[in-house]
Amino acid sequence: ADIISTVEFNHTGELLATGDKGGRVVIFQREQESKNQPHRRGEYNVYSTFQSHEPEFDYLKSLEIEEKINKIRWLPQQNAAYFLLSTNDKTVKLWKVSERDKRPEGYNLKDEDGRLRDPSMITVLRVPVLRPMDLMVEATPRRVFANAHTYHINSISVNSDYETYMSADDLRINLWNFEITNQSFNIVDIKPANMEELTEVITAAEFHPHHCNTFVYSSSKGTIRLCDMRTSALCDRHAKFFEEPEDPSNRSFFSEIISSISDVKFSHSGRYIMTRDYLTVKVWDLNMENRPIETYQVHDYLRSKLCSLYENDCIFDKFECVWNGSDSVIMTGSYNNFFRMFDRNTKRDVTLEASRENSKPRAILKPRKVCMGGKRRKDEISVDSLDFSKKILHTAWHPSENIIAVAATNNLYIFQDKVN
Amino acid sequence: MFVRGLKRKCFDGEEDIEGTLAGIKAIPSYNLQRQSLLDMSLVKLQLCHMLVEPNLCRSVLIANTVRQIQEEMTQDGTWQMINTQSTGQASLDRLVSTDILCRSSREQAEGKHVPGYSTFNKDFEGDQTQDSSEAMSTAASVQAPRNLQSNVWEMENPQENKGTFQKSLDQIFETLENKSPNAVEDLFSEVDNSYYDLDTMLTGMMSNSKMGHCDGLETFSSPTTTTSNSNCKSDLNELDHIVEILVES
Repeated sequence: ADIISTVEFNHTGELLATGDKGGRVVIFQREQESKNQPHRRGEYNVYSTFQSHEPEFDYLKSLEIEEKINKIRWLPQQNAAYFLLSTNDKTVKLWKVSERDKRPEGYNLKDEDGRLRDPSMITVLRVPVLRPMDLMVEATPRRVFANAHTYHINSISVNSDYETYMSADDLRINLWNFEITNQSFNIVDIKPANMEELTEVITAAEFHPHHCNTFVYSSSKGTIRLCDMRTSALCDRHAKFFEEPEDPSNRSFFSEIISSISDVKFSHSGRYIMTRDYLTVKVWDLNMENRPIETYQVHDYLRSKLCSLYENDCIFDKFECVWNGSDSVIMTGSYNNFFRMFDRNTKRDVTLEASRENSKPRAILKPRKVCMGGKRRKDEISVDSLDFSKKILHTAWHPSENIIAVAATNNLYIFQDKVN
Repeated sequence: MFVRGLKRKCFDGEEDIEGTLAGIKAIPSYNLQRQSLLDMSLVKLQLCHMLVEPNLCRSVLIANTVRQIQEEMTQDGTWQMINTQSTGQASLDRLVSTDILCRSSREQAEGKHVPGYSTFNKDFEGDQTQDSSEAMSTAASVQAPRNLQSNVWEMENPQENKGTFQKSLDQIFETLENKSPNAVEDLFSEVDNSYYDLDTMLTGMMSNSKMGHCDGLETFSSPTTTTSNSNCKSDLNELDHIVEILVES
């Protein structure tokens, strides 16, 4: 199994898609709940697997283009088939996933194996009949949106009009129409005329969930810009600019690096945005640009270890963050296969671990605690024992229920609320 | 738990050094740590993956860190302070890190395609072999950090050093993006004749050095040669030694 690089529920939560480093997409489907087995509350089983992207070679630059799936985004369902966008560094693809549970039998011109029949042997005219067959799920690429990005795509976001979507790379954001693959509009371009002056890149971007003219993008300098596409074709001038003033007491050589935003997500309500930087998760009110309304410490015990984390490159890890369906709880990953949840109302938080060794299936997860130094209580883990190779970068929350998907390197964990 | 290979001089958990008696004694240590952070950052910028394009966000963040350190050092006037450290040991560390740099990137490059930036090499060569220029640029890059210090000995003012440094940073960015023929010419325009001297000197020594180096190393070679004519010539023997190690001849 390959390293999972993205996890995403669809809009109903019935399907869960994962993309991996090998360019594969695996889709899980939730079982229908049955009255016979009430304790098996709709488990997820593999529904479809397909190879979305293949490794490519850019002959002009003599560089490989990785097939790793950076992001998957589902389209809302409009007919029996499911549609999703998946992207690697350079190319976005629209995939159609559809079921086939009937097949035609009784062709005139070919026999059951598909071989053409000898025309002279055909004496009867018949109409093929549809007969049931074992369910087959097939994925077909319907659109390929290529050659629009010079830099690496980090985000894709489907617009609420369901007709357009955007793709963002380090320096540019492009707007696409789903039907048109040979054209895209550039809506943000922060590439300086002289690359020597480059000091800031785009790290994530997302459309507003309800207003199809509004989107946000985050930067490596810890800022978020909200843009309105009605103001101009090229949205280089933001409508709102979100930035928290720096805390001078915490300043170090790593201040900028740890302020770089790795993920930005609108709340379901559209009123708030959540950003993830290296040590914190912040919630911003769209109506207040000068500071976030909430800041949550994910793993502040790493603040004194920043130099080591810089040396081993962990400081550049890009953690994602997610809202629950009601926007009351937020979740993000950490190291040692830990992930954290913060309840915005009660202000309580919990650290949980996604690992087979430390939890049995269907057992309740035990909260974990990291101790900074000094006396280590039983069941606590000291900072120096943390495994930095076990990082949870990608998580997803079911749109309406308390079901979460957590990607721990090459394993996918699905957790549910305990039912009495 | 952490990556091996780089000698670690980190200042994790360092006490606050402001305004205490101990702080005055600790200031050289802060400079040493800052210097080591600078070295680490430069190595990180140079060490790029040969086959896949380097992560632009990471490169930008590291480059900004380097600029920040350099600006602070210029403000402190601590460029002069660098030479008081034992340069022998410091340069050995850099030798080690560059050696590992070359070894790991050479291993990666075995049997693989030459990265596109090496067109810079080809254009520049003329009658030079690619091998010799690669080895030369590697040697020159080892020279580079040491020359930053020897510049100080020659009492050049910090502003000039800053300019040199800035140029090397900028050139790293040039190589990070898709190169146009014009960009390549811009790079050349700053190379002076001493570059060629170094080349001819080394041509006879090279045999089988593989094309395994990140072009970030080459970007370092240009700025240093503009200021290190006399240094290059006088350090010839050391250079031979370095190059021998690197090409394992």
